[in-house]
Order: sequence, then structure tokens, then C-alpha cells
Amino acid sequence: MAKRIGIENSLAVAEAVKLARAEVIAAYPITPQTHIVEELSQIVANGELEAEFIPVESEHSAMSAAIGASAAGARVYTATASQGLALMHEILFIASSLRLPIVMTVANRSLSGPISIWNDHSDVMAERDMGWIQVFGENGQEVFDLTIMAFRIAEDKRVLLPVAVNMDGFILTHMIESIEIEEQEKIDKFLPPYKPVLRLDPAHPISMGPVGVPEIYAEAKKQQEVALLESKAVIKEVFKEWAEQFGRAYNLIETNGPEQAEVVFITMGSLGETVMSALDLINVQGDKARQVRIRLWRPFPEEELLAALEGAKKVIVIDRAVSFGTSYGPVAGEIRSMLYKLKEQPEVYNFICGLGGRDVTRQEFKQMYELAEQGQYKDKYLIWGVREND
Amino acid sequence: MNYPSWRTLELGAAITTPGNAAELKTGDWRTEFPVLDEEKCVKCGLCAIYCPEFCIHEDDTGYFRADLYYCKGCGICVHECPKDALTMQLEEK
Ligand code: SF4
Ligand code: SF4
Repeated sequence: MAKRIGIENSLAVAEAVKLARAEVIAAYPITPQTHIVEELSQIVANGELEAEFIPVESEHSAMSAAIGASAAGARVYTATASQGLALMHEILFIASSLRLPIVMTVANRSLSGPISIWNDHSDVMAERDMGWIQVFGENGQEVFDLTIMAFRIAEDKRVLLPVAVNMDGFILTHMIESIEIEEQEKIDKFLPPYKPVLRLDPAHPISMGPVGVPEIYAEAKKQQEVALLESKAVIKEVFKEWAEQFGRAYNLIETNGPEQAEVVFITMGSLGETVMSALDLINVQGDKARQVRIRLWRPFPEEELLAALEGAKKVIVIDRAVSFGTSYGPVAGEIRSMLYKLKEQPEVYNFICGLGGRDVTRQEFKQMYELAEQGQYKDKYLIWGVREND
Repeated sequence: MNYPSWRTLELGAAITTPGNAAELKTGDWRTEFPVLDEEKCVKCGLCAIYCPEFCIHEDDTGYFRADLYYCKGCGICVHECPKDALTMQLEEK
């Protein structure tokens, strides 16, 4: 039987990695990811998981070691945040282009400067073109489930791409929640051992990561892009199978609130739950607003989003990062460009909020709704809650 | 050389036939090629040592000759020959 326990979400992620029987873990500690890898190093040291734990000297090395181990055919896990993810930058692209199914937790934290250990999405948004599958969890159970599913998705022969599971730093990593920890036997059935298609093997030598001359490079990129786009179908399959086996159903995006509401909030990550509660405030006067929560960020679930936004007159996109020097936050920019495909386009209101760990309350979401109702900040973005005067 | 399409390209552009770099015709890159003056050559083999393509080999007569399938026309052999026995000549294609 699965057991439901009160546990810090970070430790639940470590538990998920253990249940997934990761064979190599290469990580460097960084707030707010630390508890995950601390716990994993203990699990390995205690002999509860037969894995190689590589305590590397930097995140650049963590991702490099992860790539080496994955290329050798191991199931590999790592975790990082903020500056650590930024330090991995060049290697992240190599993991996806070599088609290595590494799973990584990103405990989302602001990028410096000023130095901030708190939560926003500036770290992963700076890496969004890295060619990885990228998902966002909203709560501890979801992150636990997604972590195990991530291995299954990544290692599918139709996919073979790394997966980043994003969880909001502190807000999720350090929260204690009631989480259903599944049985090893059932996870083993859901996630059989990794069988690589290509691997480094002295008996059958191959070269990974050779030079791509101009006659090859574009084909390599196309192959990678098609694999990422086509992974969407596999992700859906895996979500479905998880629901059948474990009873918790996930979709690429989730919708919530009265269908006929014409104002739609779009969120990614833990703020979705705050909006859920804000809808109760907003909808006292009728079916005013509903919400869409993006779980799958890459590949971008355009088809699903367009269907979910049908009938919407105003879309309020919540961003958690600034995309400097352009007209929107990263999520809103994507949504806007997608909406251009529609004959009748809803207005887009973009609020960039919760930067550097600033709290966003449900009252504030109500205020955003009111601004949108009045047509203020139509087709513009606003960095929310900034003091204009001392 | 036939290049694969994105569909048949090995996963992640891996090379699954070890040593297939030998098939790469670096000779395609050349505009000039080295010509040997047998009168001046003392068969020291320095040109073969310096050639970055390792494409100069000793033949049955003891002379060192460039394999034009690989010679990329860099001219290093000409530069290094202590006897000025090599000269670069423009290749007409
Ligand atoms: S020109 Fe360059 S590549 Fe050609 S034989 Fe001389 S050294 Fe080698
Ligand atoms: S370096 Fe000059 S002299 Fe020596 S073998 Fe080559 S061509 Fe002959």
C-alpha cells in the first residue's frame, strides 16, 4: 500500500528519485535545492539506494558528470537552482542535443543581482531554449509524481530527451505537505530499468558529440526539435498511465472555474493555487473569471491552450520573470504570439509578479482582475507591486 | 559524400562506425597541392611528420608523397622542408 505521510516536499522528491532507482546522482548544493541532494546523499550513504553519488565541485561539473554517466547508459538525476542552473548553461544544451534522458529538479530561484535566494522563474526562463522537456509542479504531490514520470518520459525511445521538473523554491521545496509515497514494487512496474539505444561501450565503440559540419548541423537540430515536439504525445500517454495506476490524473494544462467566464488567468507553478483561491473572491458576483494552469512549458502545449482559451475576452498572464527589453514577460509573449492565430483575439494583460520571492496574495489577484476589467494595462505588462514613491 | 537526412541521422548525431573519419575527403578543401622535386629531396621525412593530416607516406622508392585524397593544401610541408624540395601548385578543377 502507498503510504500517506507528512513530509517536506524536497525530501519527497528525494524519495521519488530513490523509488525511480536512479543509478548516478551528480549534484552541487545550492539553496533552495539543498535538502533534496542532502537527503539523496544520505540515502545513498545508508545503502538504501544502489547509486553513485558524485559530489562535484560545481554545477558545470554536475551537468558534465550527468552527461558522461547518461552516455554510459545509467539512469541519472541532478538538481539545481538559480546561479547553479546558469552555471550549467552550456552543458544543458549538450545534454539535449546528445539526446540523454537526464532528469533534473530546478528549485526555481531568482537570478542575481541583487543576490536573492528567493523564488521566481528567472533561472529557468533564461534557459528555456535549452531543448529540454520542461514541466512545472504546483504542489508537493505533483512534484513527487512528476519526478518519477519524468524518467519514464525521458527514457521513452520515441523521446530520449532530458526533463526539467520545476518546483518553486521555498514555497514548494520547504513546505511540509501530506504526500502519498508509492510502493517500490508498483514504481518498478511503471518504470522498468533504462535501456539506452546508444551508449558508450568499449565493446561497441561509438563517438557521441562529434563535430557537426555545416552539412550536418541543421539536420541534427531538426531531429532534436521534432523529438521535442513529438514528446507531447508520449507525455500525455505517461500521464494517462500514471492516472490508471496511481489514481492521480494530470493534463498538460489544467483548467478551473466557471467555463462561461470571459476573463482567464494563466499561471505556471505554485501561484496557480493562489489564483484558485482568488477565484472564490472574484466570482462572488457571478461567473467572472476562470484559470488555466500551465504544467507543460516545453514543448509548448499550444493546441490545448487555444482550446482552453475559447470564448475568453481578456487573458491575464502571470509571469514570474522579466524578459528584459521586450514587450512582455516570457509566458505572456508566448501566449500573445499564439493568440495571433485566432480570428478574434482576446486582450492580453500581463502582470509580472512575485519577483525575488515577493508574496502575491489572493487580494492582489483580485486587483489584477479589476484592472483588466477596467481595461487598464491592456496589451501591456506591469511589474506588479513596485513602489513608485518612497 | 552522401549526407543523411534528419530522419536517418544517428541519434544526437552520434558516430556509430568507429574510425569513419578516414572517409572524410579533406582533399576537397584544397586550392593548391604540394609538388615534389625528387632532385632536391633527401628523403628525411620531416614533411610527413609535420603534415597535420598525416597524409604523407613513404613509397617504395623511399620518397615521401602526399595522398591527395586527404591533402588539404595547407602548405605546412612546403614550409618545413629543409631542402626546398616542395612547392605549392595551383590546382585546376
Ligand atoms: S599541404 Fe598540408 S595537408 Fe597537404 S601534404 Fe602538405 S602538410 Fe599535408
Ligand atoms: S621534408 Fe623535404 S626533403 Fe624531407 S622528405 Fe619531405 S620533401 Fe623530402
